[in-house]
Amino acid sequence: MSWTADEMMTVAAARSLRGDTRCFVGIGLPSTAANLARRTHAPDLTLIYESGALGAKPGWLPLSIGDGVLADTADAVVSVPEVFNYWLQPGRIGIGFLGAAQIDRFANINTTVIGPDYAHPKTRLPGAGGAPEIAASCGEVIVIVRQSRRTFVEKVDFVTSVGHGSGPGDRERLGYRGRGPTRVVTDLGVLEPDPDTRELTLTHVHPGIEPDTVREATGWPLAVAGDLRESAAPTAEELATLRSLTAGVTA
Amino acid sequence: MAAIVGLDEGIRELLHDGDTLALEGFTHLIPTAAAHEIIRQGRRDLTLARMTPDIAYDQLIGAGCARALVFSWGGNPGVGSLHRFRDAIENGWPHPLAIEEHSHAGMANRYVAGASDVPFAVLRGYLGTDLMAHNPNITTVTCPFTGETLAAVPALRPDLAVIHAQRADRTGRVQMWGLTGVQKEAVLASSRSLVTVEEIVDELTPVPDQVILPSWALDAVAVVPGGARPSYAHGYYERDNAAYREWSRISADRETFTEWLRTTVLARRVTA
Repeated sequence: MSWTADEMMTVAAARSLRGDTRCFVGIGLPSTAANLARRTHAPDLTLIYESGALGAKPGWLPLSIGDGVLADTADAVVSVPEVFNYWLQPGRIGIGFLGAAQIDRFANINTTVIGPDYAHPKTRLPGAGGAPEIAASCGEVIVIVRQSRRTFVEKVDFVTSVGHGSGPGDRERLGYRGRGPTRVVTDLGVLEPDPDTRELTLTHVHPGIEPDTVREATGWPLAVAGDLRESAAPTAEELATLRSLTAGVTA
Repeated sequence: MAAIVGLDEGIRELLHDGDTLALEGFTHLIPTAAAHEIIRQGRRDLTLARMTPDIAYDQLIGAGCARALVFSWGGNPGVGSLHRFRDAIENGWPHPLAIEEHSHAGMANRYVAGASDVPFAVLRGYLGTDLMAHNPNITTVTCPFTGETLAAVPALRPDLAVIHAQRADRTGRVQMWGLTGVQKEAVLASSRSLVTVEEIVDELTPVPDQVILPSWALDAVAVVPGGARPSYAHGYYERDNAAYREWSRISADRETFTEWLRTTVLARRVTA
């Protein structure tokens, strides 16, 4: 069975989610991957949407973070201040799942503007949303993003959400409780921060991808793990479930 | 006590040029009909506050009603960009739009502080981000008890909050349920408030997870069935996802947008 690079990425991201976790889900690829995980290996995954749905079990992929299906299927529906103040900020949510427009070698994320001048951006992006506090307070963060030199830059144009700052000790200095980004899943492979330097390091390539291809798609000299592994190909079940989820949804 | 008013009357009496206005709604219960009435009445120089300015704010910005936007996420959820918002920021069309940018947690806590009548809110997060560098309304405070450094944001106190809810009774008590976002906080933080509702009933039947806004906390209630479309009203109608996708096409181009505005908003009045 063949698959697309996006499907491989979504499957790899879904596999990063364990069954007993509470996961703060953004819309788009993170929501697709989290819902795929819940339908395959992680049926007990608790999905939390910033619109106020705790424990949502949508029967189909919502287009927005506030579709009615999320409220209809949630364990509880709470206000937005409550989601952020009572549930996210005290560290009650294990995994934050984020996308990015730019990401740098320390996994800092930009979703605000492209270009050096904030007042006159080359491209105006939607902005921060819930991401800065998700990055600060979730136990760990998983990032899902397509890999290219435009996206994987030496230094992001704007730090919307702090990853590992400028290296070891930065998160602690800022008083952030979570461990920050632990995995960046792309259409080419998986990157993880080096335990000592906190710099993103290539740990997995997806089937058929050469490490050089990933290096070429990265805007800094990419470190490669000594024990670089290959991701397992998507199973027929994963692909069938993913395709039934995304049928009719244009994300 | 809240007065039961027509939508046009409510907007005319409660909203003035130059006001700070919050039309809140987090995907659900977005007061779109009220936004259209504001466009029809030609309000100018508004500072628009909202966590998630979506297509109703795109329309207000494109129609030239706004001078500034205070927000935390400006996009068409699941679809892409807000083109009128981007055109105003990137090209100053129809005129320049000043922006004040926060995170969701920052905006939510600004409303909480406003509703609580304290001057500012504290939160974890924000530290180390570039949002602080570009927004003087995000700073730090040292906890007087522990010495910790925390992020601080000032209370947000709009002149007028407009929200949409499912129903009200004849005395103007309002009942809403489902994803209620930050609407209660926005109403209580604002000097004046207007609630549009799907219907007015003799008695409010209790509903799980409901929020009740007492009549004495509101200025006016207007009956506007379908007033949240193309967003949704839980228990009344579903979100029109196709309309959000279609908005991307309409708003991408200034002329298409202007024609849409003329035929869809300006030519029509809400009768209630």
